[in-house]
Amino acid sequence: MTASNYDVLVIGGGNAALCAALSAREAGASVLLLESAPREWRGGNSQHTRNLRCMHDTPQDVLTDAYPEEEYWQDLNKVTGGVTDEALARLVIRDSSHCRDWMRRHGVRFQPSLSGTLQLSRTNAFFMGGGKALVNAYYRSAETLGVQIRYQAPVDRLELRDGRFRAAYVGSERIEAKTCVVASGGFESNRDWMRAAWGQINGEWVADNFLIRGTRFNMGVLLKFLIENGADAIGDPTQSHSVAIDARAPLYDGGICTRVDSVSLGVVVNKQAARFYDEGEEFWPKRYAIWGRLISYQPGQIAYSVIDAKAIGRFMPPVFPPLEAQSLPQLARQLGLDESALARTVRDYNAACRVGTFDHAVLDDCHTEGLSPPKSHWARPIDTPPFYAYPLRPGITFTYLGVKVDAQAAVHFSGKPSANLFAAGEIMAGNVLGKGYTAGVGMTIGTAFGRIAGTQAAAAALLGQQRAA
Amino acid sequence: MHSPAAAEAEVARQMQICNACRYCEGYCAVFPAMTRRLEFGKADVHYLANLCHNCGACLHACQYAPPHEFAVNVPQAMAKLRLQTYAEYAWPRALGTLYQRNGLTLALALAGGLTLFLLLAVVLKGTLWQVLPAGSFYQVFPHNLMVAMFAPIFLFALFALALGVRRFWQEVSPGDRAQDAPGAAVAEATRDALRLKYLDGGHGLGCNEADDEFTLWRRRFHHFTFYGFLLCFAATSVATLYHYAFGWTAPYAVNSLPVLLGSAGGIGLLVGPAGLLWLNLGRHPLHGDAAQKPMDRGFLALLLLASASGLALLAWRDSAAMTLLLALHLGVVMALFLTLPYGKFAHGVYRSAALLKWAIEKRQPSRLQLGSE
Repeated sequence: MTASNYDVLVIGGGNAALCAALSAREAGASVLLLESAPREWRGGNSQHTRNLRCMHDTPQDVLTDAYPEEEYWQDLNKVTGGVTDEALARLVIRDSSHCRDWMRRHGVRFQPSLSGTLQLSRTNAFFMGGGKALVNAYYRSAETLGVQIRYQAPVDRLELRDGRFRAAYVGSERIEAKTCVVASGGFESNRDWMRAAWGQINGEWVADNFLIRGTRFNMGVLLKFLIENGADAIGDPTQSHSVAIDARAPLYDGGICTRVDSVSLGVVVNKQAARFYDEGEEFWPKRYAIWGRLISYQPGQIAYSVIDAKAIGRFMPPVFPPLEAQSLPQLARQLGLDESALARTVRDYNAACRVGTFDHAVLDDCHTEGLSPPKSHWARPIDTPPFYAYPLRPGITFTYLGVKVDAQAAVHFSGKPSANLFAAGEIMAGNVLGKGYTAGVGMTIGTAFGRIAGTQAAAAALLGQQRAA
Repeated sequence: MHSPAAAEAEVARQMQICNACRYCEGYCAVFPAMTRRLEFGKADVHYLANLCHNCGACLHACQYAPPHEFAVNVPQAMAKLRLQTYAEYAWPRALGTLYQRNGLTLALALAGGLTLFLLLAVVLKGTLWQVLPAGSFYQVFPHNLMVAMFAPIFLFALFALALGVRRFWQEVSPGDRAQDAPGAAVAEATRDALRLKYLDGGHGLGCNEADDEFTLWRRRFHHFTFYGFLLCFAATSVATLYHYAFGWTAPYAVNSLPVLLGSAGGIGLLVGPAGLLWLNLGRHPLHGDAAQKPMDRGFLALLLLASASGLALLAWRDSAAMTLLLALHLGVVMALFLTLPYGKFAHGVYRSAALLKWAIEKRQPSRLQLGSE
């Protein structure tokens, strides 16, 4: 069975896919968008996002001060440790300086940085209502412009010939189009793949204990298909962005609210009630992304942030209430930890604390001495009941493995760009963000490359049409 | 029927989720008010429930809305609790139950009002169909009789609403005296209430009705309704002034101030409630509290009947139908006044109080020291 005759087929239903579909439609192409999720779960990981990292040389509506290209590039270069492509990165950065007018035209609205995110007020434009509101606006605009949208339409495979796209298959249904944009995300929802990618650590299949912060629909089907069928891969297949989140979070779609910001105010212990890393090394926003990995290496992939009454009201409220006890042995029993081990850990920590002037807003002088691992800042004895604990597990935000693209978003096969197959979003983000993360950069990459891919796909389709005529 | 505590606990549960997310902060005052709190006790949830305008924006934007297992639906949780707060703070307390079965309440009030005036007309005049000198309303119902019937009911309604909102204020703002509020806060709350600021979505595009599209129509129709109501009230006030201060008695000329005000108000009260009713019928099923629909629609229907009968009375005041139309109009207005403190009208009073509390609260420094995230 064959359906079709679209100029551009967009596979995916998140920010990058929508930007591609809208741009292709604006360029005059007929567009079909296939979203694997049902309507109520549409939007992939974009529904959990909240902002866009934007270059700007002067203050703009919701952005304070300036964030020039060079500083943005330096930030990106730093967080990726150089695992990036400067030309593509600068392309993305420049696009971020002017894409917001286009976004507004398609119904997206911005607001100043949210309470508790003052540090982002200069660099990040927040979506009013968050990513799901953005996704809603884009779908609405796409429908108005005449983009055909199908939900629950997961693409299993593509028909390729010599690096050219011919058709996509949804089950047995063959869908032809002149050109195609693949924006179907990473593979973090695919438990089997994650298990294989992470392998065993100390005899444990660690990925079995991971929680997925985003969509359940990023199965990586096309990512795997493309790589197996000759597309050039980029990014480390074993790597994913992993943060410490509340262990009670749902398996998928826990999103932003499952984060726990109490770590730097207390100690973090593992299943053996032992500390394993400096909780006060840096401000939490600069450290939360290493804690997922740290916990992955602990037995059972679980840890507990333990604080006392002094910390209450000093961190962003988490979604789940903490476990609470009047004494440490009682708390240990609730957590299923060895009472004496926890008592010893806290006693050693308390004894090592050198309390100066506590100030959570700066890297203060409260630290430990003679303790391993040390706690460099905000070290105060845990001695004031009630005592509280938040259980923590690794929460996966996204994976880094992707397909190689060029500045036209064309997918590469053996070093050569495809004439009619393009990629955008998480499936190619590794070209720019090979490692690490900085707030809002995923949406910036998705927006920039979605727009490029859509425009290029439309141009390639319409050019082919002219030739045929 | 859920226990009162269940509705409060549900709002508290959802607020704990929202407070860890905060994406909706730009839409309205509920979320900025939420971020000033870590716990959501009875006073907090009662306040927030009445601050919520049920615009729907946060539901459509919510990554945790059903079918997500967190099942966050703030407008609905707030609406359920809000209705409960009306009942809880109502004066006298016993009449608070009228909110629970408001469709029945309104129907009974309407039936009662109509019966009363129709019977009264028959008793006083012996007929409902007679040609009287143009618009001589007082030949049907003497002026003093009407005043004696309506004034106490209206004053009672004001009194009951005032006592209710006073109890609400004491619960949500213990120790604060509303009269000590800074002038700027009072001005802001007044402005926000009169302009329906929080039906603009924070971005000026409006609120949600049938789906995730924003529209300003609810705000516009509400303006028609509210200002129509005010104009009608102004017409009555001017007429009262004419009657007692100047001795000018009804009927008034078509180009007189009371008739002009009343006609404009009547048209507003036709267009507004009709539009709101139309929007209400098309609302997204997840919006608001389904159990509250009879109250919403009943109140709108009553307003529509009041304006339609009033305008009909103006149009046919010279005809034989005048007696009947007058009895109908007065019966509807009586039902409206009787149910003012025990129906949808109360939302404006409690909402205004919540807006005032927000305007005061936002001017105070936050007691929390959460640091930057």
